[in-house]
Amino acid sequence: MHRLLDNRNVLGVLFLLPAGLLLVLFLTYPLGLGTWLGFTDVKIGRAGEFVGFENFRYLAGDAVAQLSLFNTFFYTVVASVHKFALGLWLAVLLNEHLPFKAFLRAIVLLPFIVPTALSAIAFWWIYDAQFSVISWTLQRMGLIDTYIDFLGDPWMARFSTIAANVWRGVPFIAICLLAGLQTISPSLYEAAALDGASGWQRFRHVTLPLLTPIIAVVMTFSVLFTFTDFQLIWALTRGGPVNATHLMATLSFQRAISGGALGEGAALATAMVPFLMAAILFSYFGLQRRAWQQGGSDR
Amino acid sequence: MAAVVIASVQKHFGSTHVIRGVDVSIADGEFCVLVGPSGCGKSTLLRMIAGLEEIGGGEIRIGDRVVNRVPPKERDVAMVFQNYALYPHMTVRDNMSFALMLAKTPKDEIARKVDRAAEILGLGVLLDRYPRQLSGGQRQRVAMGRAIVRDPQVFLFDEPLSNLDAKLRVAMRTEIRELHQRLKTTSIYVTHDQIEAMTMADKIVVMRDGIVEQIGAPLELYDHPANTFVAGFIGSPAMNMLAGVARGPSVSLASGTSVPAPLAAGDGREVLYGIRPEHLALGDPAIGLPAEVVVVEPTGADTQVVCRVGTQDVIAMLRDRVACRPGDRVGLMPDASRAHLFDAGSGARLAA
Repeated sequence: MHRLLDNRNVLGVLFLLPAGLLLVLFLTYPLGLGTWLGFTDVKIGRAGEFVGFENFRYLAGDAVAQLSLFNTFFYTVVASVHKFALGLWLAVLLNEHLPFKAFLRAIVLLPFIVPTALSAIAFWWIYDAQFSVISWTLQRMGLIDTYIDFLGDPWMARFSTIAANVWRGVPFIAICLLAGLQTISPSLYEAAALDGASGWQRFRHVTLPLLTPIIAVVMTFSVLFTFTDFQLIWALTRGGPVNATHLMATLSFQRAISGGALGEGAALATAMVPFLMAAILFSYFGLQRRAWQQGGSDR
Repeated sequence: MAAVVIASVQKHFGSTHVIRGVDVSIADGEFCVLVGPSGCGKSTLLRMIAGLEEIGGGEIRIGDRVVNRVPPKERDVAMVFQNYALYPHMTVRDNMSFALMLAKTPKDEIARKVDRAAEILGLGVLLDRYPRQLSGGQRQRVAMGRAIVRDPQVFLFDEPLSNLDAKLRVAMRTEIRELHQRLKTTSIYVTHDQIEAMTMADKIVVMRDGIVEQIGAPLELYDHPANTFVAGFIGSPAMNMLAGVARGPSVSLASGTSVPAPLAAGDGREVLYGIRPEHLALGDPAIGLPAEVVVVEPTGADTQVVCRVGTQDVIAMLRDRVACRPGDRVGLMPDASRAHLFDAGSGARLAA
């Protein structure tokens, strides 16, 4: 027994066991169950049977499911691009010597620490058809005549939810990129300045290339989070108007829980997996250490 | 190539007055070393010449242009940083061509200049490597190569050798010096290492607390230090300083004995008697300054003997091997013509 416990391999397995159990119990099992449900016609209150790809075939021809796929892509791409641009801009700003630097950094994190449900309610009011503070302000300034129907018009609703998502997602990206910026030695900028680089050229030739590894990690996470977003949409629009803001996650929930078609909802959720896998693989290959990062000890 | 003139330059960091009126003029093609203990303002001064720090007062001229308001990239200076500041994501070749690329130099000319610099520095086979794949000495050479390809008016070196091991440091010292003899570009070199300063400089500027203590050729500083600070800073091991009172042509030391002085400083004047370790000889305790041997440190080429005179340690550096042992009583005999006298109050050198 003692000999066995002294063995590194046995000990390793032993230490891994609790974590492994937790993973199997709370991650692998629900994922497996969800996937399995996707291949059955189970409904709430009725055990289902295995139906093969029937659910997927049905969803492929379903106009609302197609729309939700388009919405999800549109939402992910537009929001991620804006989050990246704004996050990078904020990070660069916060990296400068500003007065009250620590205070400003704390403020930037605020949208991130407010619970999504809470900020969604706030946005709900901001976008309200009658009480919107934006409409009120614009009208007082004399820029518009009638209140804007933020969540009532399909395209307005899409852009409004994207704006709320960007607002929530920017801090995460800004803080991560700021951490990345701080690892860049100031003497590189000085060397570049002496080499004759303008501010833009220093950003283009020093900041950006040295930041790419972190950008790749952060944007992978951001894309995954955005693609699977549920809370914000559900609290703001429930997928409306006329399914214009339904993402795959919200539609899946609606079909499975509200609509009771568990199998169909599960299939829709399972259909997200290949896209997420693609994003992960893309970043896995994109993330491979570049030649200049490869270690080389002092010889 | 250009001369550099620093005229009554000032600099404050907040309430700290780091550069307190510095005047240095460096001739075209000269190799000038700024040396001093850490915090003396030498690096700040260099960074002001480079344009990385604003000039608080006074003016700096490169050639006949006042550069106070000129941004770094228009000053036509190249700098070698202490940590080399190589761009980690660029190959050696790209690192060296970066400045030329920004200046929109034609491709074939860039290649020609980089190849020439690589040849001078022996970097030919490393051109496609990344900085991570290089040793400390190779990185140092790339940093110099980056400076060379630009063919600037002035080279600035900010403690470039301090990250290298002792052996490499000595080799690179010679290499930089040789490079300067070949290119003859005005160079300003910052170091805290007085040996580097002595071996490399045409002109040394000794700084302390933001002011210049003395400017001169290496041996001039060694032979005629202007004050006790320079005397103690230049030369290793440092000059021995013994407190005493001038009595005619000799100095009566605090320990009670009298030693011959290089000049008569005026009876009763309190002085510091400075004598370099290599200008002391060992003799009979009855003749010289009575002392007790504390430690004997042979280095092979010479022997360093640490003696105690009264309560003070005095170091003697002897060419010959000596037979004394710790605890022995000896007499130290200073070479009076090589001794220095300083005012005990101001520390300034007393000259005949």
